[in-house]
Amino acid sequence: MAAIRTKRDPHTYTFPGFGTDKFPNLMLRGAGDLDNWHLKVYEQQHEGYVAMKQALKMEPVAVTEEVKASGIRGRGGAGFPAGLKWSFMPKDTPERKLTRYLVCNGDEGEPGTFKDRVILEYNPHQLIEGMIIGGWAMQCAVGYIYIRGEFLWLIEKLEAAIQEAREAGYLGKNILGTGWDYDLLVYRGAGAYICGEETALLNSLEGRRGEPRVKPPFPAAKGAFGQPTTVNNVETLAAVPPIIRMGGAEYAKIGTPKNTGTRIFGVSGHVKRPGIYELPLGTPMNFLVEELAGGSSTGKKIKAIIPGGASAPMFDEKDFDCPLDFDTVKARGSMAGSGGLIVMDEDTCIVQATLRLIKFYAHESCGQCTPCREGCNWMEMILYRIEHGEGRMEDLDLLASLTPRISMRTLCPLGDAACGPMDSALQKFRHEFEHHITHKTCYTTGSKLLSTVGAH
Amino acid sequence: MNHPQPPETSNEPLAPGQRLPESERKEFSPEAIAEIQGIMAKFPDKLAATLPALYIAQREFGFVSLAAMKAVAKAIGIPEGHVFGVATFYTMYQKAPVGKFHFSVCTNISCALRGAAQLLEKVCEKTGVKPGQGPSPDGMWSVEEVECLAGCGVAPCIQVNQDVYDELVDEQKLIEVMEACKRGEYRPWAQ
Ligand SMILES: Cc1cc2nc3c(=O)[nH]c(=O)nc-3n(C[C@H](O)[C@H](O)[C@H](O)COP(=O)(O)O)c2cc1C
Ligand code: SF4
Ligand code: FES
Repeated sequence: MAAIRTKRDPHTYTFPGFGTDKFPNLMLRGAGDLDNWHLKVYEQQHEGYVAMKQALKMEPVAVTEEVKASGIRGRGGAGFPAGLKWSFMPKDTPERKLTRYLVCNGDEGEPGTFKDRVILEYNPHQLIEGMIIGGWAMQCAVGYIYIRGEFLWLIEKLEAAIQEAREAGYLGKNILGTGWDYDLLVYRGAGAYICGEETALLNSLEGRRGEPRVKPPFPAAKGAFGQPTTVNNVETLAAVPPIIRMGGAEYAKIGTPKNTGTRIFGVSGHVKRPGIYELPLGTPMNFLVEELAGGSSTGKKIKAIIPGGASAPMFDEKDFDCPLDFDTVKARGSMAGSGGLIVMDEDTCIVQATLRLIKFYAHESCGQCTPCREGCNWMEMILYRIEHGEGRMEDLDLLASLTPRISMRTLCPLGDAACGPMDSALQKFRHEFEHHITHKTCYTTGSKLLSTVGAH
Repeated sequence: MNHPQPPETSNEPLAPGQRLPESERKEFSPEAIAEIQGIMAKFPDKLAATLPALYIAQREFGFVSLAAMKAVAKAIGIPEGHVFGVATFYTMYQKAPVGKFHFSVCTNISCALRGAAQLLEKVCEKTGVKPGQGPSPDGMWSVEEVECLAGCGVAPCIQVNQDVYDELVDEQKLIEVMEACKRGEYRPWAQ
């Protein structure tokens, strides 16, 4: 048994004005308070399980409609409308009764992302409640919660929380007299970033290697154990109780019209107060980085920001005012992804940073498709030689010619994800690569992002 | 023209002809078998017990040896090849012995921006082992370089065995963690 955490984690969670109408706290209630994972606290202090009781009195379709009306888009990366996804689930017909599953994606492996962890740490009951409501809306038989293997202590906490919910009669047979049976099962991953991709996750959940599946069939047709399945991110599911409680239309007023609600942003890298901030979608990036996270921690100017986890193309200075919502970030050439912002100051060598990122993709590629498996490895090798002063000018064209041959030519988006940082770094910081080739050393001074102890 | 190539990663699948180290233990304990059967019963397909059973094997055998994989296959009643494929796919199954305290150091981007590369070097210096090299002669330490642990905001971070992370680790904190390991404040590997 791993111990249930007894020391507070040192993240920053709050800021002046948090919890007011301007900055509602729907997700991070009680973050930082270590007793908050108990059902008792959740029910007494945070309107816990109110939404569930409300939802179980509604028709399942009406619950889905409410989520649709809220306009919430998936927080796992792709930003797909959650209500719409739920409505794809096939329904029972008089001739055919289906076994449907709801799966929660808690693999959280995207570098720069550390938000689901906070929900699991401080607010597991909100996730459980969201999964009960989702399970009711789609009339599922079981909900699986897939959590990355490193989070052993969170898995044990979640299991303890689920047990409390069972004892309260919120899970199990004939929940609150509705005649509906539903339970939650936690499944522990074993260290593979690719298992965050939903079909790879389903394979892993079935006890296989985490290799993405060919789509179609989509999970709604044939998912976990061959049954219709919906996969949602931890944060998406944990947002469901507030949506039901306040009503979809009310929730939709937060944020911007096509990007509703709040989301949890994580800021890491060269800032004074790295941490977790819940903000309405559409909040400008420089407000988050400068005002809340305190700006540069090194005293140097900020040079680049990755706005949505490692897979998102980098932004340079001219886009630091970008409102953080799915559509605007996309229009400016990046993606809002998982909401993890990685801030790099002027002294960061972009060649090193890109090499470190590409090394990650090369290592995590599952190896099924040639463009991704070979392409990521080649990009790593070319960047490695540039970094080590043995690059040639042609290497830059070679790199630029590789990405279009990977992007959109693979089974799953991991290949595309690797191209995001590569392309944007080359476009926006080409002079640093050229400097590396001509001067055989970094354009910046003192950047040491790569260890010399070799083997990885 | 020869170009320098990045070093091979330590948790790479086996090279052709390379053999897995063997463990002393060859069979599961009856309690472990019962535990695996309990897991099989929970899922619609017994195959789903593969990953949890490999964790149980890692706990009982100390690491996931070939014998451990065979024992998993036998306990669930599935092909050995399947178990081998799964065990070698995931990095959290250690296919070789590790130290009593196994340090996983994240060196991905957010941690690297806050000194993870230097931290990894310090960890290697203080424990006397390098990533992928197996435990130190006294069996106390082993080190692994890992990808993002989702502790980016409190970087750099390390995980000792499978416990709660240690965050904002600098040299001082690293020394404290190692002292705490020696005092037995961290659970030893596979217990
Ligand atoms: C390589 C890769 C890794 C991913 N990792 C995660 C992850 O760690 N967590 C997550 O929720 N979604 C991840 N996703 C996105 C999922 O495939 C999926 O879109 C998401 O779980 C759907 O949930 P949502 O609709 O609630 O966003 C990943 C996708 C890819 C291609
Ligand atoms: S794109 Fe890469 S990770 Fe995705 S299926 Fe293909 S090889 Fe695997
Ligand atoms: S980059 Fe190290 S924990 Fe995320």
